[in-house]
Amino acid sequence: MRIAAAAVAAVAALSGLALTAPQWLVFMAMLALAKGVVVLGLLVLMRTGLVSFGQGLYFGIGAYAAALLSHHWHIADAAAMLAAGTLAAALVAALLGLLLAGYRDIFFAMLSLAFSMILYGVLVKSAALGSTDGFNLHARTFLGLALTSGMERRVFLIAGAVSVAAVALAVHKLLAGDWGRLAAGVRDNELRVSYLGASPYRVVYVNYLVAAALAGLGGALAALAVGHVDPETTYWTTSGEFVFIAILGGTQSILAPFLAASIFEALRTVASQYAPNVWQMSLGVAMLAIIMFLPAGLWTLAERRRRPA
Amino acid sequence: MTQVLAAQRLKKSFGAVTAAADISLSFDSDTVVSLIGANGAGKTTFLNMVTGYLKPDSGRIQFGGRDIVGLSPRRIANLGISRSFQIPQLFQSMSVRDNLLLAESIAAADDPQAATDAALARFALADYAAQKAGLLPEGIRKLLDVAMALSSRSRLLLLDEPTSGVSADEKFAIMDVVMGAALAAGVTVIFVEHDMDIVARFAGRVVAFYEGGIIADGPPDSVLRAADVRRYVIGEELSDAVA
Amino acid sequence: MSSILPVAFDGIAYASWLFLISAGLTLIYGVMRILNVAHGSLYALGAYAACSLAGAWLGGGLPAAGSFAMLLLAAVLVGCIVGPALERGLLQWMYGKDEVVLVLITYAVFLIMEDVIKLVWGVDSLLLPEPYALPGNFSIGGLPYPVYNLLLIALALVTGLALAWALYRTRAGKLLLAVIHDREMSMALGINVDRVYLATFSIGAALAALGGAFTAPAVAVTPGIGVEVIVLAFAVVVIGGLGSLGGAALGALLVGLVRSATVRYWPEAELFSIYAVMALVLIARPKGLFAAQEARKI
Repeated sequence: MRIAAAAVAAVAALSGLALTAPQWLVFMAMLALAKGVVVLGLLVLMRTGLVSFGQGLYFGIGAYAAALLSHHWHIADAAAMLAAGTLAAALVAALLGLLLAGYRDIFFAMLSLAFSMILYGVLVKSAALGSTDGFNLHARTFLGLALTSGMERRVFLIAGAVSVAAVALAVHKLLAGDWGRLAAGVRDNELRVSYLGASPYRVVYVNYLVAAALAGLGGALAALAVGHVDPETTYWTTSGEFVFIAILGGTQSILAPFLAASIFEALRTVASQYAPNVWQMSLGVAMLAIIMFLPAGLWTLAERRRRPA
Repeated sequence: MTQVLAAQRLKKSFGAVTAAADISLSFDSDTVVSLIGANGAGKTTFLNMVTGYLKPDSGRIQFGGRDIVGLSPRRIANLGISRSFQIPQLFQSMSVRDNLLLAESIAAADDPQAATDAALARFALADYAAQKAGLLPEGIRKLLDVAMALSSRSRLLLLDEPTSGVSADEKFAIMDVVMGAALAAGVTVIFVEHDMDIVARFAGRVVAFYEGGIIADGPPDSVLRAADVRRYVIGEELSDAVA
Repeated sequence: MSSILPVAFDGIAYASWLFLISAGLTLIYGVMRILNVAHGSLYALGAYAACSLAGAWLGGGLPAAGSFAMLLLAAVLVGCIVGPALERGLLQWMYGKDEVVLVLITYAVFLIMEDVIKLVWGVDSLLLPEPYALPGNFSIGGLPYPVYNLLLIALALVTGLALAWALYRTRAGKLLLAVIHDREMSMALGINVDRVYLATFSIGAALAALGGAFTAPAVAVTPGIGVEVIVLAFAVVVIGGLGSLGGAALGALLVGLVRSATVRYWPEAELFSIYAVMALVLIARPKGLFAAQEARKI
């Protein structure tokens, strides 16, 4: 119940912000929300003991699906774009998950990275999709209602806040109950899980699908915020940012990804102004510091059965 | 008295090592059976073939009239064969209660919470319910391992060295709890053991393995006194020269 | 049909490059169970160091042939300085941790090194064409082909054979193999695992830098050249089986030839082809071609 109350409060706060704050803050809030929901997906995977270094794949799919909806099929409705992004990501994950659900540890991490880089390569070489420049997207309506110019992002933020809150509560329910316990069991000792009669493969597959759909939603939201999509969304650095935010926030609560993403976005905005050439280094140092001194974020990884050397 | 498990002509080799040389065994629901033998004699290989961890090179295994060779451990568990492990396989980061709760929900118990409470009582684990499994003393870990195996779906329980690693003064107490719980649940028990006192006390039938074959099969009194068993399993020196 | 020869040559040349960039990665994983994401930045460091050293050499009016020695020197310096610095300064405190946490740590190191490289050498491309052009061309089927690529093939062969000899025929190599098989047992037998780790990481770093140093003359050296390398090297290493040197060689050959054929007959699918090979191999052999046998767990 506390989580539900917190979510409602957050939606209310974000809506207030959406209606009153300057455009740049609305934009930043949208990005924080978008990245936060991707990281929520990482959290789901980490509950099962897995780290994906390639959520950029689904983030990019979500973004491009949303953009293609307006660009190629002339459906300029933001709600449709959010749905399209989520669905497209889920469909691809339904296929890729069949392979990836059989892998663990670094195999899983690096294979997910490899697939995101495949999409990157395909996008960069695709002239039809704008190659490295990408292309713009423009949403003119939301659920059929026309948007007045200047109001778009404000509406997107509210819509985004509501859908993300709903999704986050669903994820919370999933993880708090039997499924969350089963996922933790797979993380702790999947051998025992199979000897008790459940399928670790199936658990990983479902969680992979959930994480992908969340990343797709995030991608579509980010695309609406920026008004533009390009292959950078699937590049390894984007995936790396999600992992960093996940570590920063820790895995203790579904609110953590969003808080961490907000901090991250704020820092990134400042860093890109004043110190763009040391941004990656700062991330790296911060990551090391968190791993060494504040491993609470890595708590779930640390609990896994140690592999023999 | 019904036949619960039947193995016919099982063969299994690992390169030059014969772990199972044409083994045929059958088990009834009424008798507690102990498998004994030196390390490498083939008892754990037999357990592993029954639970689906290994596939025999040839032969059949039937459980409740159904062929189970080639089925995955997961499917075999769902049919009602459960096992405990030499090294307890627990969910380290979760509490004792959550370990049992997970086992019961996977077993699709009608009321996992109630089943968990019952298990905690039966295995005298109630005091440890909130403790993390990774931090338990060894004897309790063993009990938890068995308690998880004995979830609501279990019909045949295979115990792999249930008292190994447990201090001498705790062994009998633990076996008392385990056997009491199993028999109360109407589950057939087969256990692998090295401690002959435990075997003598709890088994109604003993099967002795040696180099992949069975050298004795019968009530504990006769098997534990047989010359072959004494030489190859118990390791006693006999007055006559060893062949 | 006359295109077969150039395609095969290209394939083998690319395979040589792949082997050079993968050997260090698989070695470090095999011995230390660390998937070193920073491998990519060690590669980049090798390339940049090569540009600086060879550039200074040539700028000083010294004989052009010596620039090759500078390339080797770059690799050796990275191996002897940066390798131990990373291992002793950071990694040695992290060995007990989970494999994935170790990957995160090397990933953080990668991020840091990327920016360090930018700070030291700037963001503009560096070029070092002399060593590439110096040996000239020869012709295959009427088409000119750089002799430099033959050099690369020779380097890969020598490196592979030297590593194999060092591992299987020397006492030090046998110690490495022992640690690969069972670290705890090796420690119990009195093997100084700390020193083995230091040596392995340094050699791995040197190999990564070697790949970078010898690639520098053939490309424009820019920030970010290390990124694609990690993913490619991982693909090759996974195909061959993590920790297997022979696997890395075979994987490199397979990927090299397939890619070369793809570039010739279906250019759009180039990047795709490498990962398609990886996916296919993994479907058939989930742990790669020469994966280590796993002992019974229960």
